[in-house]
Amino acid sequence: MDKNYLETIRNSKPAQFGILILIFLILYFLIPQSENNYLWRLPSVLKGIPLAINNVIFNALYEWFPLKVWDPVFEMYEEKAAFREFTKAVSQGLLFLITVVRELLLGGDKIIDVFVSDSWLKENDWLSWPALPWTATTVGAFLLGYQLNGIRLGLLGGIGALYISVFGNYVPSIQTLSFVLITTPICFVLGLSFGIWGYLDKKVETALQPVLNVMQTMPQFAYLVPIIALFGLGDHAGSIATIIIATPPMIRNTILGLKRISPEVVEAGLMSGCTKPQLLFKVLIPAARRDILNGVNTVIMQCLAMVVIASFVGAKGLGLNLKIALNSLKIGKAAEAGLCIVIIAVILDRFTKAWADKQKDYFENLTFFQRYKLLIIFAISVVIFSIIAFISGGYFDKINYLYVIPIEKGLTIAHYIDGAVDWVWETFFYSLNSFNKFLLTQVLGPMKHAYLGMPVIATFTLAMGAAYIVGNARTALIVGGMLLFIALSEYWDRALITMYMGSFAVIMASLNGIILGSIFGRTERGGRILLSFCDFFETFPSFVYLIPVIFLFNITDTSVLIAAIVYATVPATRYTVWGLKSVPLSLHEAGTMSGVSAFQRWTNIEIPIAFPTVMLGVNQTVVFSLQMVILGALIGTEDLGQIIFGALSRTKDGAGVALTLGIFVSLIAICVDVIVRNWAEERKKALGLA
Amino acid sequence: MSPTISCDSVYKIFGANANKLLADSNGSVDAKQFQEAGCIVGVNNASFDVEKGEMLVVMGLSGSGKSTLLRCISRLTDATAGKILVDGEDICLMNNKQLVELRREKMGMVFQNFALLPHKTVIENIAFPLQVKGVSTENSMYKALEMVELVGLKGRENYFPRELSGGQQQRVGIARSLAVEPDIWFLDEPFSALDPLIRKEMQDEFLRLQGVLNKTIMFVTHDFDEALRLADRIAIMKDGIIEQLDTPGNIVLNPATDYVKKFTEDVPREKVLKIESIMDPKDTNASENLKVSKDDIIESVAEKILNSKEIIKVIDPKDSSEVGSINPSKVIKVLFGG
Repeated sequence: MDKNYLETIRNSKPAQFGILILIFLILYFLIPQSENNYLWRLPSVLKGIPLAINNVIFNALYEWFPLKVWDPVFEMYEEKAAFREFTKAVSQGLLFLITVVRELLLGGDKIIDVFVSDSWLKENDWLSWPALPWTATTVGAFLLGYQLNGIRLGLLGGIGALYISVFGNYVPSIQTLSFVLITTPICFVLGLSFGIWGYLDKKVETALQPVLNVMQTMPQFAYLVPIIALFGLGDHAGSIATIIIATPPMIRNTILGLKRISPEVVEAGLMSGCTKPQLLFKVLIPAARRDILNGVNTVIMQCLAMVVIASFVGAKGLGLNLKIALNSLKIGKAAEAGLCIVIIAVILDRFTKAWADKQKDYFENLTFFQRYKLLIIFAISVVIFSIIAFISGGYFDKINYLYVIPIEKGLTIAHYIDGAVDWVWETFFYSLNSFNKFLLTQVLGPMKHAYLGMPVIATFTLAMGAAYIVGNARTALIVGGMLLFIALSEYWDRALITMYMGSFAVIMASLNGIILGSIFGRTERGGRILLSFCDFFETFPSFVYLIPVIFLFNITDTSVLIAAIVYATVPATRYTVWGLKSVPLSLHEAGTMSGVSAFQRWTNIEIPIAFPTVMLGVNQTVVFSLQMVILGALIGTEDLGQIIFGALSRTKDGAGVALTLGIFVSLIAICVDVIVRNWAEERKKALGLA
Repeated sequence: MSPTISCDSVYKIFGANANKLLADSNGSVDAKQFQEAGCIVGVNNASFDVEKGEMLVVMGLSGSGKSTLLRCISRLTDATAGKILVDGEDICLMNNKQLVELRREKMGMVFQNFALLPHKTVIENIAFPLQVKGVSTENSMYKALEMVELVGLKGRENYFPRELSGGQQQRVGIARSLAVEPDIWFLDEPFSALDPLIRKEMQDEFLRLQGVLNKTIMFVTHDFDEALRLADRIAIMKDGIIEQLDTPGNIVLNPATDYVKKFTEDVPREKVLKIESIMDPKDTNASENLKVSKDDIIESVAEKILNSKEIIKVIDPKDSSEVGSINPSKVIKVLFGG
């Protein structure tokens, strides 16, 4: 071969990719499909992993590190595993905290039961006070919003609470709220501590990175079975699942925020004579306040996104109602519960953001009453509304509407929603159905088939080759090693289906995002509006996306994919807008003076410069898509997610299966991440943007 | 009286095996050799004293080690070798507690990019060093208000740093560094981030403050004009080495190295030199009518001297005693070259 020719290939990435795809195709069509051909499928030598994990869990719970524990019932010492005692203590502690908040808001005098024995209250029936009436809660929500950022936020809180109460969702909403109120602080403390530790010690940060990567890309479902095994069922189990999901972003935000502090500010703190604790608490944490509070905001959003999933392990509240409604195909009820979650999410989101921006005035000179005006108003309204509710108890015959409006008596628009869905269904049945059929038979079916017909050697060549081209040999080995782990298990075919659904969703979502972002993100105003749409859609818990599509497309891959595409379009759009914003004004001016047309500007200036940022968006899209694809197992798809979901009912090796498959999904996401991130970094360097 | 700050053979070398390399080099450090061994030389054998009430300006281009030197003396970074005495105590040997104490009582520092705490208002920023020291909120706010007035920011106590202009932010930085009434004042390129007009204004303000406060100052800058304008003495640094340390006048008149000469070449001498640096010994023929002070900048009295066409008496402004004479021809030489 000509030497010049080789040189060209060495310098041209597109040529390298071309050759890679060519090799891939040759392998694809050349390798025969046969069970004994290791180039077609690897033997599942790692079959035993789930069981091994299970054994570890079992032994930890029942065998290892036995402790002598005093059993008060049998009045004797018993041997119990230390780990089991630990998980028990954690469960009881969490459950206690959640119950305290819950009973404080919903139980009235029942709060005493939580602290002393059940019979105490019956014996002392002179002591009794009612639960917090919804009217008082509504006033409270208004006052809190007003205190934080004036009348508009107050109205948001008040009207939100009013809607929730009048539509009969008061009790489950408060249950959900109590869950969030306990889980968030725990995530905050854990995240902040690990974040600070990571910031102070480089080694810790390096060790944390891969763990956080896996935790954040693992499907939420995968945690549920091990959690049931370790902690049992109940609100606490939901809380633990949520803590695992919601803590990593808090850690990341903390590290990010602390790292962003200019070294001069740290020096200024030192030169002001700060001791180490003073430096941490008075300089570092407050200076990183904005990022840390963004972390809190993310934690709250994650908590709400998790309420449905947490209901699978026994958490009560809106999530459970939504799940039940969805299981019995009551779209209207599900939508109402979903709306309540969204309302709570939006209110908490705005409240925490306002709180983050609040400042203190040293020179205001207020009297006691002025300072605590709103608190006093709230206390008075609690008393007044409680008395009203108490007195009017005689007026209503069975249900006291001034305390709580129960769900079956609340206003509802569920039947209108059902009606609307039916109407859409009847009117567009033919077109929806044929679209669905077309997509399934002409696009998705063949695509799935193509993925499943891929010899394992071809998959590896493609993935490792791409990693090598954008990175180096090390990148290729990392990607190969992670894939090998999956290929040696018995779930490779399922993983291929997950990859097919994931890649379809990623491609569509990225296209959507890039097109949307490019159309609207080119003007300052359009970009701002689009970003606020993204903000709004991001407050929706992932589960909510599934509600409408199921009713339009039934339980098929189409539904899941559409939900995944919509869900994953958000980050793709956001990053496209950011990327376009990052194009320097001077380049635009240079383009204008060169006389570019709008389209030339897009292809020649904007897209190349925005490309690295857009790729980071695509990266996010992968995580979002996979999350939704796995979530789709809930409504029945046949990829990895379905087995993870199925593991919920497998007692013998359920925990092991769920964890292993969860890690598989996370490995797929990380593989893509490694390749895409390398690519984006390299482009950034080439453009001099790094 | 012993000097307030005294540095003796201070080295700062960044890199993994800095200590070993330095021990092997027997004190003669070659930056290039060290760089090949993976180390970067920040400060190379710096020895000097700063007297009480003196303003030493450390001048150098970026990467010359001037900020590193300042950070060694404030112990924001640990010197690799050498002795740094502050009021006779070696700060390199101090433990963390002593160091905190030292900074709380004796040191104040102003930073290039202001380094204000973004979450605190003007008044909170200024009161911060007092609060970490344990002064009550009431007293620290009272003191901080005093400082606000001193730097001319009255009425903006409750602004956040982001709501202030660069010049105003640096005023806050200055007020904060002065809040504990330190003896030693470190300024790390305090005016470099400001635009030229504001910079001039801040320099004037700084001179006014120093006139009132009379602190011992180490001032770092990359701007030679600024150094000339402010300094009692200037230390010019290059690649971690102090090339020359002298009064502005001597540096302009007798640059020690070619590197220093590059800076001094274009400096208009009449704007820098004092009468003192070009005066002759006392002369009995000197005119009785006119007198100039030895501390006068040449430019400011040139017209007066040239108009008189006579030899003029030079006096010490402190006691009005005659210390020398000045011949108009010398002034002409400074003004028009030679």
